[in-house]
Amino acid sequence: MKARTLWRHFRESLKSLGRNGWMTFASVSAVTVTLLLVGVFVLIMMNLNKVADDLENDVEMKVFVSLETDEARKQSIEETIVDIPEVESAVYSTKEEELADLVLDFGNELDLFQQNNPLFDVFYVKASNPQQTGNVAAEIAEIENIEKVEYGKGKIEKLFNFLNAGRNVGLVLILALLFTAMFLISNTIRITIVARRREIEIMKLVGATNWFVRVPFILEGMWLGLLGSIIPIGLVAALYYNTLEFIQPKLSGELFQLLDFTPFIYQVGGLILLMGVFIGVWGSFMSIRKFLRV
Amino acid sequence: MIQMKNVYKKYPNGIVALNGLNVEIDQGEFVYVVGPSGAGKSTFIKMMYREERPTSGQMFVDGIDLATLKNKKVPMLRRQMGVVFQDFKLLPRLNVYENVAFALEVIEESPSRIRERVLDVLDMVGLKHKARMFPTELSGGEAQRVSIARSIVNKPKVVIADEPTGNLDPETAWDIMNLFEKINATGTTILMATHNKEIVNTIRHRVIAIEGGLIVRDVDGGDYGYES
Repeated sequence: MKARTLWRHFRESLKSLGRNGWMTFASVSAVTVTLLLVGVFVLIMMNLNKVADDLENDVEMKVFVSLETDEARKQSIEETIVDIPEVESAVYSTKEEELADLVLDFGNELDLFQQNNPLFDVFYVKASNPQQTGNVAAEIAEIENIEKVEYGKGKIEKLFNFLNAGRNVGLVLILALLFTAMFLISNTIRITIVARRREIEIMKLVGATNWFVRVPFILEGMWLGLLGSIIPIGLVAALYYNTLEFIQPKLSGELFQLLDFTPFIYQVGGLILLMGVFIGVWGSFMSIRKFLRV
Repeated sequence: MIQMKNVYKKYPNGIVALNGLNVEIDQGEFVYVVGPSGAGKSTFIKMMYREERPTSGQMFVDGIDLATLKNKKVPMLRRQMGVVFQDFKLLPRLNVYENVAFALEVIEESPSRIRERVLDVLDMVGLKHKARMFPTELSGGEAQRVSIARSIVNKPKVVIADEPTGNLDPETAWDIMNLFEKINATGTTILMATHNKEIVNTIRHRVIAIEGGLIVRDVDGGDYGYES
């Protein structure tokens, strides 16, 4: 296709937006609302993911070594643990170090335990995939001279289940919203196509190729998508900025953090733009198909 | 120019429009297609520009095999021919000049060439002075002349006309016929479906009569042959 022709299609598509003023407005609003919802969902989803990752990465097992174990045995226990394929790291901490930590947290009243330390030597173990924690813990518990393994059993499984369900629900909602928007755009374009049916018929009679007929409508769909994505991008950015301002200070020192404003918001903005263009283009592509069979 | 061998056309609803039709039309001929309504005339015409496809049989237009022509190639076929309709099929939001230029824009002709050709054909049909008017401001005869100008602007070898005088008063119809004569004189084949007895009987050309999906009469310089 020649540049001149493309330019002609360009002008045609813009003219058509103006000619179909109210329909343009209607579909741009529909896209705006949809993309706004999608944008908010993406914000929530991505942050949920981030929080989940943070929490997951913080999950570790505390492996208590029974009191009578000698140094050589401790050494071989460490090797056994590290040899488990799903184990990412194992950090040894003596009971003296453990007590020092407690003293640091709870104060000097605990100093009296210095004479007779009731604590165990422990390994802090992380699974390479946090979702494997339960299995790894069970495996470690089998090792000889291990007193017990602690890892917030039950709570962690619930958290993982909750996070996974959240991700899936969010994904389904986003897809449903995108589908709705595509349907709306496709309907709008169909109306403008019906109005220009005769034109399409004549174009085909004088020897226009299908692409020649199609391109202006596809461009029109693209404009609808682009226009519809402007407001959502602005609103989503503003919304996220304010949310961070409000929430970020309260999260300092917590195990999990929200995603930073940049580059996250550029990614979300780009995503909204792309989705707008995609639903616009695809919507018009779908609705023009049957009008080309002349 | 046009060859049809045993062309058979059955529509999905079971109606047989063409029933093994044979015809041969040479380059530069002027042919009237006559016959009662519903006899297959329209289907015959529509097949020329591949609006309809033969169910079976062989058909060639300007060497192009229409029975096997892929949908993708249909635009190439239509660029070789001009089509004129009873209802003109002009675009109301374009003026006369733009309506004619449209046929060349679609095939991506260069702007300078478009300008030259459009002014040429508008001059030929006698409407150069109305180039800036819109179709709603034209009389029926003028509108039909614009549509004829559009059909010949890319110098086709054949012009297909489906009842081009059907919507016009008798006097205007003669003007239009003169125009077709002029086009035919340049060597362009003209295939014209018509119900106009007077025209067929006055400006004598080859007459093909279609009835029941078959050619029942094919006479050079023949008459209309039906009561109008």
